[in-house]
Amino acid sequence: MYRMKTVSVENAVAMIPDGATVMIGGFMGVGTPERIIDELVRQGKRHLTVIANDTAVPGRGIGKLVDAGLVSKTVASHIGLNPETQRQMIEKKMEVDLVPQGTLIERIRAGGCGLGGVLTPTGVGTVVEEGKQKIQVHGKSYLLETALHADFALINAFLADYLGNLSYVLTSRNFNPIIATAADTTIVAAEHIVPVGLISPDHVVTPAPLVDYLVANG
Amino acid sequence: MDAQSVIAKRIALELRNGMLVNLGIGIPTMVANYVPKDIKVFFQSENGLIGTGPIPEEGMAHPLLTDAGGQPVTALPGACTFDSAMSFSLIRGGHVDMTVLGALQVDGNGLLANWMIPGKMVPGMGGAMDLVSGAKRVVIAMQHTAKGKPKIVNKCSLPLTSIRPVDLVVSELAVIAFPEGRATLMETAPGVSVQQVVAATEAKLVLPEKIQEMRL
Repeated sequence: MYRMKTVSVENAVAMIPDGATVMIGGFMGVGTPERIIDELVRQGKRHLTVIANDTAVPGRGIGKLVDAGLVSKTVASHIGLNPETQRQMIEKKMEVDLVPQGTLIERIRAGGCGLGGVLTPTGVGTVVEEGKQKIQVHGKSYLLETALHADFALINAFLADYLGNLSYVLTSRNFNPIIATAADTTIVAAEHIVPVGLISPDHVVTPAPLVDYLVANG
Repeated sequence: MDAQSVIAKRIALELRNGMLVNLGIGIPTMVANYVPKDIKVFFQSENGLIGTGPIPEEGMAHPLLTDAGGQPVTALPGACTFDSAMSFSLIRGGHVDMTVLGALQVDGNGLLANWMIPGKMVPGMGGAMDLVSGAKRVVIAMQHTAKGKPKIVNKCSLPLTSIRPVDLVVSELAVIAFPEGRATLMETAPGVSVQQVVAATEAKLVLPEKIQEMRL
């Protein structure tokens, strides 16, 4: 929808209930909306299911949610650099579903673009294939990996205009534009919010209709 | 030269001009230090960068320009950035010419285990399964043994990364390839005998008539 989307970070996060499934952008904390994370911790949102590439490190990005014990389940490709996530997993305080990175992002992409899932060769013949349907296409085996969807997508962008057109910088893009498509409600924290028309159409990566709410990082 | 440098330096000789290459963490990262002067290769970081350059000088790091481990890097002229779906389209889609990865075990047929030790180390596979499934060439950089135990084994006891075999294993002792699907000793490191390599390897090695000294 096209409308002005700026809200306070308090009001944005207040919309997220305990037990929500949230996709969070970022790769080892780079490109994670820290301001939204800090507010989730401040408001003490509990029993979250987090879908993200990784859980960063303690004290950073998604690591802050883990530190605060707010995450009941994580779907990620890598948790090796966060000992706290591993500790909570071993103590069964948190369920962790490990998914190959390329499969994870494609499952999210499928969820956001109206597909039921994707067929990937990744994981065939490994523990990843357990419980999954194997399908032959042109004589090659693929796993059926089903689409992922979330209640909220929490995104970090570099530039946003007031309609919600987004652009990103350097390696902070990662999961952000893909998760923007795959949640009921998308909340963006932007480094800079600029007047409509200032971002060149060619430089818009995430089109405004995908964005529901905008908060300023500054 | 220490073991890690021997491995990285030898693998760098596998690089060809114009290649797109993905380096894993650990010894594989060191390969970038030994790119032959007369060629240019592009390194991909799976967090969304092609054209990854060296670690920035003091004070020149950008918080939003990092490698897949989250460490600051630079972007060389010609670099480009992209999202994770594009990053793994490049990887899974066969557009990456070569990947260099670490290993916990490789078996006699080239199958790789490099992502978990059940009950001990469960970091997650990250991009490893996609890289092994999709890269045109998979090169393993690893120490020949771990705590005195061979890492090139008859059959991997650890969970496999992929059913696609690797193409080359480079250790501080030897270079091993898998023509016709069988581990074959191609080169031995300077000062290392064929017998030493065989003794440090559990899998049966094919020994061609001519085994060269490792080029460095």
